Amino acid sequence: MPPVPAIGRAIPRREGVAKVTGRARYVDDLSLPGMLHGLTVRSPVPRGIIRAVHYGAGVPWDEITVVTAADIPGRNVVALILDDQPYLAADRINHAEEPILLLAHADKQLLEEARRLVTFDIEPLPAVFTLDDALSGAPIIWGENNLFKSYFVGRGDVDAAFADAPIVVEGVYETGAQEQLYIEPNGMLAVAGDASGVTVWGSMQCPYYIHKAIAGLFAMPLERIRVVQMETGGGFGGKEEYPSIIAGHAALLAWKSGRPVKMIYDRAEDMVATTKRHPSRTRHRTAVSRDGTLLGMDIDFMIDGGAYCTLSPVVLSRGTIHASGPYFCPNIRIRGRAVATNLPPHGAFRGFGAPQSIFALERHMDRVAAAIGLQPDELRRRNFIRPGQVSAVGQVMADRVDMDAILDRALDMADYHQKRTRFAAANVAAGRTRKGIGFATFMHGAGFTGSGEDHLASIVSVEATADGTVRVLSASTEIGQGTNTIFSQIAADALGVDVEAIEIAQPDTAVVPNSGPTVASRTCMVVGKLLETACRNLRAALTDSGHLASDGDLRQACRAYVRERGPLRASAHYQPNEAARWDDERYQGDAYGSYAWAAYVAEVTVDLVTFETRIDDFVAVQEVGRVIHPVLATGQIEGGVAQAIGWALYEDVVWREGRMANSQMTNYIMPTSVDLPPIRVHFEEVPYQHGPAGAKGIGELPMDGPAPAIANAIAHATGVDVRRVPFTPEMLAHLVEAAGA
Amino acid sequence: MPDAMEVSFVVNAGAVQVTTHPMARLLDVLRTTLHLTGTKEGCGEGECGACGVLLDGRLVNSCLVPIGQVNGSSVTTIEGVASGEQLHAVQQAFIDCGGAQCGICTPGMVLAAAALLDLNPSPSLDQIRIGLAGNLCRCTGYMRIFEAVVTAMRIKPAS
Ligand code: FES
Ligand code: FES
Repeated sequence: MPPVPAIGRAIPRREGVAKVTGRARYVDDLSLPGMLHGLTVRSPVPRGIIRAVHYGAGVPWDEITVVTAADIPGRNVVALILDDQPYLAADRINHAEEPILLLAHADKQLLEEARRLVTFDIEPLPAVFTLDDALSGAPIIWGENNLFKSYFVGRGDVDAAFADAPIVVEGVYETGAQEQLYIEPNGMLAVAGDASGVTVWGSMQCPYYIHKAIAGLFAMPLERIRVVQMETGGGFGGKEEYPSIIAGHAALLAWKSGRPVKMIYDRAEDMVATTKRHPSRTRHRTAVSRDGTLLGMDIDFMIDGGAYCTLSPVVLSRGTIHASGPYFCPNIRIRGRAVATNLPPHGAFRGFGAPQSIFALERHMDRVAAAIGLQPDELRRRNFIRPGQVSAVGQVMADRVDMDAILDRALDMADYHQKRTRFAAANVAAGRTRKGIGFATFMHGAGFTGSGEDHLASIVSVEATADGTVRVLSASTEIGQGTNTIFSQIAADALGVDVEAIEIAQPDTAVVPNSGPTVASRTCMVVGKLLETACRNLRAALTDSGHLASDGDLRQACRAYVRERGPLRASAHYQPNEAARWDDERYQGDAYGSYAWAAYVAEVTVDLVTFETRIDDFVAVQEVGRVIHPVLATGQIEGGVAQAIGWALYEDVVWREGRMANSQMTNYIMPTSVDLPPIRVHFEEVPYQHGPAGAKGIGELPMDGPAPAIANAIAHATGVDVRRVPFTPEMLAHLVEAAGA
Repeated sequence: MPDAMEVSFVVNAGAVQVTTHPMARLLDVLRTTLHLTGTKEGCGEGECGACGVLLDGRLVNSCLVPIGQVNGSSVTTIEGVASGEQLHAVQQAFIDCGGAQCGICTPGMVLAAAALLDLNPSPSLDQIRIGLAGNLCRCTGYMRIFEAVVTAMRIKPAS
């Protein structure tokens, strides 16, 4: 009898027992004989030229391994999109906390003293900290114009649409930086030598990014480099690109000292030095008819990339494509720009540019509705994109999207209409608090943008073992989101076995093929689909060899095959979708294979004495294709909503001369268990034909909707126009005072 | 203050003796000297609760406890919560309800939940929220964790 299908059931998390018993091994839990600790000495200034380095007396310098840029055996660049970022600054400093040199010693305390004894003579140069200064080019700090990347996308005749428009609504919206704040700080352990090559173990999302980066740093063939992912205590994008730097640093110290070197960032270092969400500014001009039909959208979207290019062009791309949201408008123009400043580089963070541009749009839509005297939901309903309509970049919507139904369900669950009326009436009375309810409607493209997946050319393999289990070989990492578990479900159902017959190999570049990075909500939809295909190929191979009858036991077949013929492996390579078109030059075509669609509703209370905002209820309704695992999927949405509530209300990165001033958990505040409302999650399931068992991406979606939903609720409660994330008490106090004056 | 002192205490029902600086953090002694790496460090300043252990039955942040204070006391770490292979009700509930995602907050969270249920065997949702307020989780949004505590409360054998 075939086993009960695993997909759709809440099977136990595969590594759950290890995690609840403390047996799961994270990088800081490893230690090797003779191991040293590594540490980074960083720039005290945001921009300048290094003239001299001094090693003050007080520690035995001859016992301490010191690595500078001059020690690098290969290229001093972190391989990513452009080659502009060094592993160690040689002479130029481009941001505060930029790594200049590395130290290693067995005694951590001595190492701390040594760090304090290193001083620099640095000739300061004028620095740029704001979008406006970056754009005005005073001074030029990167390339010819402080611009990492620009996009112009759109369709129709925008100028004509505005010329004839009865109503035009404008607005500028801003969002601040946000720290990923995974609870496990970044860390790596490395061994390196002429004979052994380089091996690193660590906390990471993308083993093959590190693999490639180390190869360039050491000018070493890829075969001599091995990267192993340890259990990883959260990523959220923060362990996408930055771990390549820490891995490189640990490996350099290991190389020079001839000893294993472990480098673990403490919380303050992780916060000041590693990447954050890009701050943004979006300007909207919207032409609309009196009945609420969008006639023209003119959008200018800008993000602050920090001092080096890193992933900013890709973040900009996603933010730009999502800037016009789940609406149809015949005339759209979107300009996207990523600028350079002397802040530490901003990087990947759940949502990847979309939360920024969607905040602007969804707050703006409420203002457009108010301008023409329509209810916010009515305005959206008149403009939702429908199957067959065309997006800003010319994608014909193939999804069976029904945003009306999603919005209906969300408003219904939240009792929106009733509360909207009731709160408005109650708020007229004098009193200390005001209540409001607001929502946002949005979508999130799953997988890489455009032809990105074609370039990645991902591979997944599965392997029959002698004991009859099937091992999944992929570089896709478990970072809490449930990769191990959903891969087990997908493989089990494709093979027709129980999940217990599936084993997930630890991501280790010596063992697993490159299934691409663990980013962009692609693990389930794209890599999961490859896994499903690889499993079908394994079944077919066993059938063809005569080991598996149509109703046969797959485990027995695996055992027999391996006994008789040796190892059996089957793979699947990513095949470009022939029907999808994408033009990278014009930035037109099928931007994403599919989208997740959603409507989120927030109910708030604003205290007019403290100006604190409390969220009383939160409803998240989304369509993400088939749900593979109901508990994990719900957990992804709840966690994302919580992180987005943090961004909206509490998480305020304070910059002082280009340096994060509040780099502690005591003064950078994330939501605790007493701060969050009930988060009520509902899935509409519309199977997606190209996803495994019909699934789409899910991980980033919940980051997009909460901030604008909360802003709209605050506006409903207080009547003030909230346009900047985060909505701190200080900001609300100013707005309310200004409105009263 | 002496450079090193001998400290005797009980960890997970076993007696231990270490010689170390009296201001050494309990967290480091557990992780480095005793190789009990289940206790995690998320901040080192008493904010996140990842380093939570029970000291004479009370939940403490081991990053803030100097080892000198532990002399003669009894410490329970995450490694001592299950009885052999038999998971504690809280541990089982965390698995069943999806209370652990990346798992880095989980050791502290499980101990905090167990300590809460020891003090108050049937807490209200508000009491659960307050009881766990010293333990930060960035992955779950806490909802599955609350559900795990409620589930554990229902199935917890009289212990
Ligand atoms: S590590 Fe002790 S409270 Fe965070
Ligand atoms: S499960 Fe990742 S921090 Fe709680």
